[in-house]
Amino acid sequence: MTVVAARTPFWRKPSVLPGFGLSMGLTLLYLGFIVLIPLAAMILRAAGLSWDEFVGVVTDPRALAAYRLSFGASFVAAVVNIVFGVLTAWVLVRYEFPGKRFVEGLVDLPFALPTAVAGIALTALFAENGWVGQILAKAGLKVAFTPLGVVIALVFIGLPFVVRTVQPVLQDLDKEVEEAAASLGASRLQTFRHIILPAILPAALTGFALAFARALGEYGSVIFIAGNLPMKSEIVPLLIIIKLEQFDYAGAAAIGVAMLTAAFVLLFMINLLQRWSRSRIGAF
Amino acid sequence: MHIDVRNVTKRFDSFTAVRNLTLDVRQGELVALLGPSGSGKTTLLRIIAGLEHANEGQILFDGDDAVARHVGERRVGFVFQHYALFRHMTVFENVAFGLRVAPAERRMSNTDIKNRVMSLLSLVQLDRLAARYPSQLSGGQRQRVALARALAIAPLVLLLDEPFGALDAKVRKELRRWLRRLHDDMGLTSIFVTHDQEEALELADRVVVMNQGAIEQIGTPDEVYNTPATPFVYEFLGNVNKIPCTIANGAVNLWGLAVTAETVDGAPVPAGSAAGFAYVRPHDIEIVAEGTQRAIVRHVGAAGPTARLELEVAGVHAPVEVQLIRQAFLDLGLKVGQTVAITARAARVFPARS
Repeated sequence: MTVVAARTPFWRKPSVLPGFGLSMGLTLLYLGFIVLIPLAAMILRAAGLSWDEFVGVVTDPRALAAYRLSFGASFVAAVVNIVFGVLTAWVLVRYEFPGKRFVEGLVDLPFALPTAVAGIALTALFAENGWVGQILAKAGLKVAFTPLGVVIALVFIGLPFVVRTVQPVLQDLDKEVEEAAASLGASRLQTFRHIILPAILPAALTGFALAFARALGEYGSVIFIAGNLPMKSEIVPLLIIIKLEQFDYAGAAAIGVAMLTAAFVLLFMINLLQRWSRSRIGAF
Repeated sequence: MHIDVRNVTKRFDSFTAVRNLTLDVRQGELVALLGPSGSGKTTLLRIIAGLEHANEGQILFDGDDAVARHVGERRVGFVFQHYALFRHMTVFENVAFGLRVAPAERRMSNTDIKNRVMSLLSLVQLDRLAARYPSQLSGGQRQRVALARALAIAPLVLLLDEPFGALDAKVRKELRRWLRRLHDDMGLTSIFVTHDQEEALELADRVVVMNQGAIEQIGTPDEVYNTPATPFVYEFLGNVNKIPCTIANGAVNLWGLAVTAETVDGAPVPAGSAAGFAYVRPHDIEIVAEGTQRAIVRHVGAAGPTARLELEVAGVHAPVEVQLIRQAFLDLGLKVGQTVAITARAARVFPARS
């Protein structure tokens, strides 16, 4: 009698699920075409520059100012969204009110709207002669054509992410757990702070990461409201476009690579943070 | 603590979960709320805890109106059916939670909290697992954490919702015994909800049998089992044979035993001839050498301390169950297919509900 050795390769755990080879192969092929090859091409383009040239382009004061604005405004917008996104999700999950469906629809609107349309609308609203801009101008606050305007546009396009990631988690939250906290004498605030918040934190962080990533890459809505003053209200994607228009493809690619690296590192860090907060919860 | 439930009614939209219910639980008692699902037992427990608000009626704790008091102020320990542990906290932090959220002026020092939590954990035999998370515990261990957490706030009343529902038979039995001891040692007043009659009969001082939001019967386990007040209690508690019969002038002759018919609410038994049901426990049926009623043995289950027979009786649709002690069964030497004569030792007859 011969013993047939299991022919599972060492890097694979034996599994009853069929189709690993096919589905994994397709996934890799797909990701390769859609993500890796374009990114590799960009890096290859940037490699046309010498190291000194590359550093020169990437650390140009105008580029540095653009990074600061892009990352700073995206971060601020994501922070604003995590606060109001959680609040919105809370309201949508916990309360019944007339027009709830309408509000649900409103939340998704920034997904569906062409961002340029949003940009024009926001600019019209916040310009010094616009509805809101007029009022703010009296208070001495200038929004349109300043970094603040950039933040507002990024808040707008990032809104759905936190709401849509937190909402299902909040929905699945066991009501009994809150009742248990109440029966042990916790106030509503203590229950929220110690019980609900830790439970929705991983989802909120995911939403934050998505909103942040989306904001980094946003172009359409920002360029209308930003005013695009070099060193002041110019975002990185715009800088890249400007370089492309000047046929400086290598320079555009170099800034793209810098942006890509920074974004990757940041998202990776957020991922670690998420993993840490999730590991503290554990699934039943 | 003496708990007084007075004329409580609770409605959910069109559904009435608890209707005009009155119940008295004395200090130190361990009471079981027993009933099928949907009988309102959990709702009643939640109303007593303050997790649910009654539409009508009063809840008195030692004579004081408890309705005005928030759930957190009632000094009620509530153990949830699915434990409702805080997943992101260790076992220690779960138990400490009630102590940590106390208002600053009443809060214990950290050392006191630590001592109290550790003594509770050793009480539930989980002191070695204090640093674990709930997801790393077995069902029985989670249950004990939930109990320790509820006991941390030094409650006067312990309320348990199907406390052993999700556990396997052996763990269940152990925890049951252990809960009884805990209840007695701590001088608590406890109410637990269950749909498991065995649990209620074994553990409780008094059993409250509920059906459709109302109480069918309150009594000691012995009372509710041996003298059920209503057909519902008969059918819900223990095995029983329901034999259709005809009541003639308020009485029935059941297999040679004369039984007087009775009604649930004390109303007069209909005169003349009326349809009714006789309730006979399986161990109250006797197999005799000679009798008026014949039956055919259809099934014999001889494993265990008692033998279980299923008989076919003319005019009775369902098989009639009989329980014999083992020796009696062996002496009779019964076989499947054999024809025997039966009689009843005790039975009760209720008119059919019209």
